[in-house]
Amino acid sequence: MLYTPKMKLADIISSNPSLVLILQRFRIELGFGEKSVAEICRANGLSEQFFLLICNVYTNDRYLPSMEELQGTDMSSLVPYLIASHGYYLDERIPHIERHLDRIAEACPQNHKEILQRFFHDYKTEVQNHFLYEEKTVFPYIEALRNGESGDGYSINQFEENHSNIEDKLNDLTNIFIKYLPGNIMPKERVSVLFDIFQLSGDLNKHSLIEEKILIPYVETIERSRK
Amino acid sequence: MKNRKILLIEKSPIVVQGLTELLNGIPDYEVAAVAEGLERIAERLIVVKPDLIVLNPQLVDYSKRGSFRALFQECPQVPIVALVYSYFDQQWLRSFNGIIEITDDRKKIESCLTEVMQADNAPSDGPDLYELSEREREVLVEVANGLSNKEIATKLHISVHTAITHRKNIVKKTGIKSVAGLTVYAMLNNLM
Repeated sequence: MLYTPKMKLADIISSNPSLVLILQRFRIELGFGEKSVAEICRANGLSEQFFLLICNVYTNDRYLPSMEELQGTDMSSLVPYLIASHGYYLDERIPHIERHLDRIAEACPQNHKEILQRFFHDYKTEVQNHFLYEEKTVFPYIEALRNGESGDGYSINQFEENHSNIEDKLNDLTNIFIKYLPGNIMPKERVSVLFDIFQLSGDLNKHSLIEEKILIPYVETIERSRK
Repeated sequence: MKNRKILLIEKSPIVVQGLTELLNGIPDYEVAAVAEGLERIAERLIVVKPDLIVLNPQLVDYSKRGSFRALFQECPQVPIVALVYSYFDQQWLRSFNGIIEITDDRKKIESCLTEVMQADNAPSDGPDLYELSEREREVLVEVANGLSNKEIATKLHISVHTAITHRKNIVKKTGIKSVAGLTVYAMLNNLM
């Protein structure tokens, strides 16, 4: 079932608790009582269609918004939303997992410690570079298009998709923690970091769905309309 | 059991509709998405995450036939069944995991799908196949050393195809896909 503007925001969150993550990306504060989505969006100066579009893609894996829906939605919050998500991953989740991982690595023999830390460090760099590319190249291009400019020869086709690579590495890390690190090394800490990784991985997966189902098709429609 | 998701890649609406109905009628299978051609197929694969692909070989550009699987590199493990209703080079068709002919009835199609899906899962059925073989370990170490498939093949005196098969099996058994992850695996297991 898709979410609608008249629904209570609290009901939507309780139907899919992960959506609580989305609120801070839209700067919606908790403590909203019984208010509906429409009321909260109005109070926060957000397009309710856009807010619901994100909630719906985030919740229903199969949901693919139609061209009409994308064209009829105010997309001004799309780039700020994606940048806020990047901030959450880079400033909160990844450093948190890294701190856990460092403690686990400290308990390993020196050569294992180094390889684990190097793996995560390289992963982090890859994520940073990917986000940086989006923020320095892709997002300014989108803003330029939205302002009626040409975008200087760039095209969304060049938007290199290396999300899957980023997701693979996170998945590899869970396999290493579950299957290959000797069982006596920090068992409690490992279970806890595994949950953190599952959560991050699920959220990153939704993040790429939002880019694949909303961002890319949306930019393509603007590009086509310019030809 | 959750239904197995089929991605059907076929241009003819008549065939799409007929085959979709037929495939949806087979227990445990459903057509999750249809594509008219191979344009932007990588993105579809990411979104649909199919368990099985049914593809009309006609849609593969002649020049790309030898390497058509590269188009599906987003999901290298997913079997691809050819949907055939015109003449194709038999040798090429053998590179598919299975073949559905336009004249096949439901029963025949069902047994084709079952066979393909079982073949795909076969290696993990025997417990002796859980651990990496000696050869796979050798390949793993070279992967971790940063060698390409071609370099590994030369070094270990095997064909490139064999090297790729070993790599696939390593990924299947360990669940680790990235070279960086495989390097960690090799170190933790004192293989290097």
